[in-house]
Amino acid sequence: MEVKQFKHGIWTEKVNVRDFVINNITPYHGTHEFLVGPSKKTQNLWDICKVATQEERQNNGVRCVDTETISTVNAFNAGYIDKDNEVIIGLQTDELLKRTMKPFGGFKVVQKALSEQGVSPNKNLTNLFSKYVKTHNDGVFDAYTTEIKKFRSLGFLTGLPDNYARGRIIGDYRRVALYGIHFLIASKKEDLEAITGPMTEAVIRLREEVSEQIKSLKEIIALGAKYDLDLGRPAENAHEAVQWTYMGYLAAVKEQDGAAMSLGNVSTFLDIYIKNDLENGLITEEDAQEYIDQFVMKLRMVRHLRMGAYDEIFAGDPTWVTEAIGGMFEDGRTKVTKTSFRFLNTLYNLGPSPEPNMTILWSEDLPQNFKDYCTKVAIDTSSIQFENDALMRKSRGSDDYGIACCVSYQEIGKSIQFFGARTNLAKTLLLAINGGRCEETGVKMVEGIEACDCKYLDFDKVIVNFKIAMKAVARVYNDAMNIIHYMHDKYYYEKAQMALIDTSPSVNIAYGIAGLSIVADSLSAIKYAKVKPIRNEDGLTVDFKIEGEFPCYGNDEDSVDELAANAVTDFNNELKQLPVYKNAEPTMSVLTITSNVSYGKKTGATPDGRAKGIPFAPGANPMHGRDSQGAIASLNSVAKINYEDSQDGISNTFSIVPKSLGANIEDQVENLAAILDGYFLRKAQHLNVNVLNKETLLDAMEHPEEYPQLTIRVSGYAVNFVRLTKEQQLEVITRSFHESM
Amino acid sequence: MSFLFRCLIKKIKRIKTTENILRIHSIESFGTHDGPGVRFIVFLQGCKLKCLYCHNPDAIDTTGGTSYHIEELVEMALKMKSYFGKKGGVTVSGGEPLLQSKALIPFFKRLKEEGIHTNIDTNGRILNHFSKALLDDYADLIMLDIKHMTESGYVALTGMPHNEIAFNLAKYREDSGKKMWLRYVLIPGITDDSKLLHAMGMHFKDYNTIEKIEIQPYHKLGIHKWDTLGWDYQLKDARENTEEELQAASDILKKYFKEVKIN
Repeated sequence: MEVKQFKHGIWTEKVNVRDFVINNITPYHGTHEFLVGPSKKTQNLWDICKVATQEERQNNGVRCVDTETISTVNAFNAGYIDKDNEVIIGLQTDELLKRTMKPFGGFKVVQKALSEQGVSPNKNLTNLFSKYVKTHNDGVFDAYTTEIKKFRSLGFLTGLPDNYARGRIIGDYRRVALYGIHFLIASKKEDLEAITGPMTEAVIRLREEVSEQIKSLKEIIALGAKYDLDLGRPAENAHEAVQWTYMGYLAAVKEQDGAAMSLGNVSTFLDIYIKNDLENGLITEEDAQEYIDQFVMKLRMVRHLRMGAYDEIFAGDPTWVTEAIGGMFEDGRTKVTKTSFRFLNTLYNLGPSPEPNMTILWSEDLPQNFKDYCTKVAIDTSSIQFENDALMRKSRGSDDYGIACCVSYQEIGKSIQFFGARTNLAKTLLLAINGGRCEETGVKMVEGIEACDCKYLDFDKVIVNFKIAMKAVARVYNDAMNIIHYMHDKYYYEKAQMALIDTSPSVNIAYGIAGLSIVADSLSAIKYAKVKPIRNEDGLTVDFKIEGEFPCYGNDEDSVDELAANAVTDFNNELKQLPVYKNAEPTMSVLTITSNVSYGKKTGATPDGRAKGIPFAPGANPMHGRDSQGAIASLNSVAKINYEDSQDGISNTFSIVPKSLGANIEDQVENLAAILDGYFLRKAQHLNVNVLNKETLLDAMEHPEEYPQLTIRVSGYAVNFVRLTKEQQLEVITRSFHESM
Repeated sequence: MSFLFRCLIKKIKRIKTTENILRIHSIESFGTHDGPGVRFIVFLQGCKLKCLYCHNPDAIDTTGGTSYHIEELVEMALKMKSYFGKKGGVTVSGGEPLLQSKALIPFFKRLKEEGIHTNIDTNGRILNHFSKALLDDYADLIMLDIKHMTESGYVALTGMPHNEIAFNLAKYREDSGKKMWLRYVLIPGITDDSKLLHAMGMHFKDYNTIEKIEIQPYHKLGIHKWDTLGWDYQLKDARENTEEELQAASDILKKYFKEVKIN
């Protein structure tokens, strides 16, 4: 290994990228003024991409699709956008924006997605998959119980990754650049040798997995060869470091189409190479920005084949190429480098964009100049989100972490997570009021809950029954998750990504809940007002009559906020007691993505006065229009949910009109930083920030062609506003936009 | 201790007397236009003026409002404290806060004990023993609203005589050496005459405590409240300022003041 220009450490002998970064990083405290605009080549290339994405939008969201090839690391020949202008090379296929079949998650989904485009898979493949090849989806449904299927089809458990790839695993793509693949293969071979008997099921499985990883590493070398890149050896300069890292990521998105395919935290790592080359006069700032612009451009062009129904839960065709930027080291130094700025600068050089999902690891101790730049970027582009670095570092234990998907901490290269979508907690509450029956269908879901025919709902009784319902739902949820992840490992193992992760990583299982604000406000109504259930002839609630007033979640009132916090604690405690596949650690998130709309559709009227079918608030947000005490009171309510009870993340989306943030841009930059400092000091975990006028969104609905890059943050990620369905657009517009004068 | 018991204790501690309550119109947890930084704004109920453009006309009635114990408000402010950063704090606005100067003294005293920046947004019409004590000892900043430079203009705009009271209060503040901002609502055809702006500049140009003057663009956001109250909004024909007018006013004021901000 060629390491002479870097400071040595543990990393020199063993795979340990964190150690390399710690030893070689140069934190940056200066301003953004060193940044440069896009190069001519970048502009030329981006022009081509813009035309291609426009064609994609005009063609029903899909520009082209391959029906012949199963996408693997090496299935396609090298592809280029425009060789002369391309500084960072490599595409998922041989053509820009071409979507491909990755059928091991589920073949029916592939067929459906293709048929929606008016095509079908190659006949031989159809034959193979219908007769001989088993997928993750086939396996899951072989094992699913009747009970799980019932909870799934009636909308108590939704969006489970049982017919698509689970994603959320972050490969340590930096390893490709730092070590080169040969070293990684040797290291994995050593690990494999050390995995010996007795040959229990777990040991056998691990041996098989590591062998798969080694094969995959060899494939990544071959992928490099197609582009004339020698990935076997370490990157020797900044250009190669960016290129090598991208190739690692590219291998992952060629093989897997998980909902979220995060990138990790590569910017600080890459800065070490860039700084080295700049200091040695090998490159200029223009070169450095060009590498990052083109890398980011490639990340923006990642596509997966999805069916229409997928859009309900994950709207706007997201890929969650989440990159965590900033934060602090345990030793008190900041992880902010000039390349942190260069990444954010792509939002100006290439314009706003939802991908990559840039996530600022915010800490009170970040350099002031970086804080100012981040808030300015948020105000200008509504494209970035913020997460509480001090909270996650302390609670989860490492300073070398990325964000899986939207809000989920993941130590890079040392841990993975098993994604589990979410359960509908509002619908679970209705079980408690309907004798354990589904409020929509009357189907008995949970035993042991007495039917109630009382005139008014009794708070204590409802709570007792709610706990019984939560216990049952948690049990079924856990059953489903264990089956899903067992089968995913078996039929659609992420070998390319796992090859870039330690051989025995820690695992957390990522449960989730939706409808938290509905639950809090409903319980508050029952407790502080009088709620009369209106029942149909079958005894099921169809509506609720509320007499009197009750405090709503979102106004910094402890009386109701603790109902929200307790619901999270209680459900998490139920989940914690259950056995998990691969001894994963149970964690939970309060996050909906865009499924708050479809969850609402599947949920009857609730005791808070919400009518049947009305969307939930996203994530942990208070319900639209019920937070009347201003933005900070609303933030304070969400901050009361304890991160220790929801370690997979607590998503809050904050929308404000520019004028309300401050009279001029200087005030706005400063005030947004104050909000972030204040919110995170109160131990909140996540904030999406939109600084937009409602009128802009309304105009974009009318004239989408004029807003091709209008980006808006939704629960934990960002989307191109014009790629949302009309229904989702309206839902975004009806949300609380904090406005005060 | 159980939650209910804690609540009970709190309630006993907070028996309201005339000494420790403030009558409140409304509160805003995230104010960004009423003083430096992020501010918790307490809008107090009651005002003796009836300015034609008032955007909180429902805060005029001196008998209305909701009573809050001072400790309740302090507790709310403390919950906001982490957001104040280096600059922010609490602003009392209204209504006219100085009408409740007596009760504001213990409120501000508590805020100062908690290390919170205090600010009063006032029309400057109360200059008595209590308001002087408040200004001298507890208000880190005051924002004085200059309604009109001429007496006749002042009467026409506010319905009350004696615009000199506000000038006296400004002088009192200047003599105390403590910080002050001026605010001026710029209404086309009513307060935007360049002569008036020059007059204001001349009057205040030698004041050392004035950090800046804020031009408040005229807007009609409060009109619906006038309708709700069944009052006639007399400025229906007035229009909002153009960018050029705001800039022109700003350019004039810059000749006299260290900083001019269009708010």
